[in-house]
Amino acid sequence: MSVPKDYRYTETHEWAKFEEDNIVSVGITEYAQDKLGDIVSVDLPRSGDEVEKGEPIGMVDSQKASSEVIAPVSGVVMEVNELVDDDPAVINSDPYDEGWFIRIEIEGVEQMDDLLTAQDYEEMLGQMDEEE
Amino acid sequence: MSDPSKAKPTALYEDHLRAGGRMVPFAGYSLPVQYEGIAAEHLRVRKAVGLFDVSHMGEVAFTGPRAQEAVQRLVTNDIAKAAPGRAVYTPVCLPHGGIVDDMIVYKRSEEDLMICVNAANRAKDFQWFVDQVGAMCEIRDLSDEYSQIAVQGPAAPELLVRVLGGRASGMKPFTFRDLDYRQVGITLATTGYTGEKGGEIYVPNAVASALWNELLEKGADLDVGPIGLGARDTLRLEMNYCLYGNDIDETTNPLEAGIGWTVKLDKGDFIGRDALVRVKEEGLRRSLVAFKVEGKGIPRHGYGLFKGDEHVGEVTSGTLSPSLKVPIGLAYVNVPHNEVGTVIDLDLKGLRRVSARIVAPPLYSPVD
Repeated sequence: MSVPKDYRYTETHEWAKFEEDNIVSVGITEYAQDKLGDIVSVDLPRSGDEVEKGEPIGMVDSQKASSEVIAPVSGVVMEVNELVDDDPAVINSDPYDEGWFIRIEIEGVEQMDDLLTAQDYEEMLGQMDEEE
Repeated sequence: MSDPSKAKPTALYEDHLRAGGRMVPFAGYSLPVQYEGIAAEHLRVRKAVGLFDVSHMGEVAFTGPRAQEAVQRLVTNDIAKAAPGRAVYTPVCLPHGGIVDDMIVYKRSEEDLMICVNAANRAKDFQWFVDQVGAMCEIRDLSDEYSQIAVQGPAAPELLVRVLGGRASGMKPFTFRDLDYRQVGITLATTGYTGEKGGEIYVPNAVASALWNELLEKGADLDVGPIGLGARDTLRLEMNYCLYGNDIDETTNPLEAGIGWTVKLDKGDFIGRDALVRVKEEGLRRSLVAFKVEGKGIPRHGYGLFKGDEHVGEVTSGTLSPSLKVPIGLAYVNVPHNEVGTVIDLDLKGLRRVSARIVAPPLYSPVD
C-alpha cells in the first residue's frame, strides 16, 4: 500500500500535501480507495467554501459504500478537481496525484504539524491489519 | 470478525481465489464481495449469466407425518395450498408480528419439506423452529452438508440444460426438481434473488466445485462469469427484494414491508397471526417504498427522509443502480407521504439534501 513520504495523513484516511503559498491539496489515500472499491461519485465543497479541520466536507461513493470526507485542515477552498467529478475512477487509479479532491488555502502552516506523518500513517495501517 | 482467515471457507473457496475474488467475511463464511467489479458483474447477470456462491445460506429439513403442519404453524404463507415440487417465499414471524427471518420453503411432500434460511439467521432460526414445533416432526440443520450455487441471467436456462440435461428444462418459476449430478443427488430450484431467469442448485459439498467449474466451462460462449456479494445486493435491490437485517427485521412486520401477499390470514392459525390481524385492522402507519433520487447523491441505510422539516422516513437500502445509472433505494416512509409519485428530500448525512421520488416497484424490470 503506497504512502508517499512528503504527504501528511489523517486517521480517517485523507491525505494533505503542502504545495506552496499556503495552499494544501487534499484527497483520500490508496488504502481508502482500495477499501471502498470502484468509486462512482464524489460530493465536494465549492470554491470559496470555508472548511474546518475535523468536520465532514464531502462524500465519496463507491458502488458498495459511501464514506464522508473529513477536512484535514481549516481554510478556504480555492480549487476543486473537476476531473474527479467527471471521472471518479481516477481516484481509484491515482489517489495521490490526479485523484486530488480540493485545494485549500490555509492560514498558518503549523496546522499541518498535527497531522500524521507518512511513518505514523503506515504504522496505523499496520496496527489495523493486526487487529483484523 | 473482519479477518477473512477466521471465517469458514465454502467448498468453492479455492475457485474464488483462482478467479481473483476479493474475499470478505460474511455471516461466518469467507465469500467474494467482487471479482472484476460490482457494476460489471451486475450487468453480466442482466445481459448474460452469472454464478453465485451462496453456500452460506442455511438448509433445514422438516420430516415426518406432521412436517407440513409444523411448517404451517411457523410461516405466514400457505404451504398446504402448494403442490409437491413447489417453492414458496415466506416470512416467519414472532407472536408480535415482527419478522424472525424470510425464507423459501421447498415442498417435496406433506411429510418432507426443506427450508432455505438466511445465513446470518441460521442458528437463531433453527432454535426458533425447534422451540416452537420441535415436538411435531424431525428438524435437521443440513447447512454444513450443502453448498448452494445460484445461476442467474437470461442465458441461465440454456446453461442449466447444458450441464444438468433435459430434466433441467421447462421448469416453471418457483418449482424444483431432484436431479443427479455425477451420481450425487442435487436439487435444482427455479428461484433466485436477482429477478432474472435461472435457478439455485443445492449440491452436496463433495461435487460443488466440479459443478461450479463445469458451469463456467460450458457457459464460456454464453459469457458466464462468477458474481460476488456486492452485485448480489445491487441486483436484489433493483428488484425491491428485501434483505433481512437491512429492510426487514424483528421490528418490522410483513404488511408494512410490502410483502403482505405472503401473509395468508385465512389459512388457519400461525405464529404472529393475531398481531398481523390487528395491524391490518388498525391500518399501516408506514410502509417500505422504492424511490429514485432525482439528482446526485447515493442513499444508504439509515439516511433520513424529510418533507420540509418533518422527518418522514428512513432509508433501509440504497445504491447507484448499475442498470438504470441513477441512485435508488428502499425506505420506510410514514403515511401519508408514502404514496407513489410523492417527492421527498433525502438527507445526505447533513451535507445537503436531494429530491427523491417514490416509484412503483420494481425499480428495474428485466428484459424478457
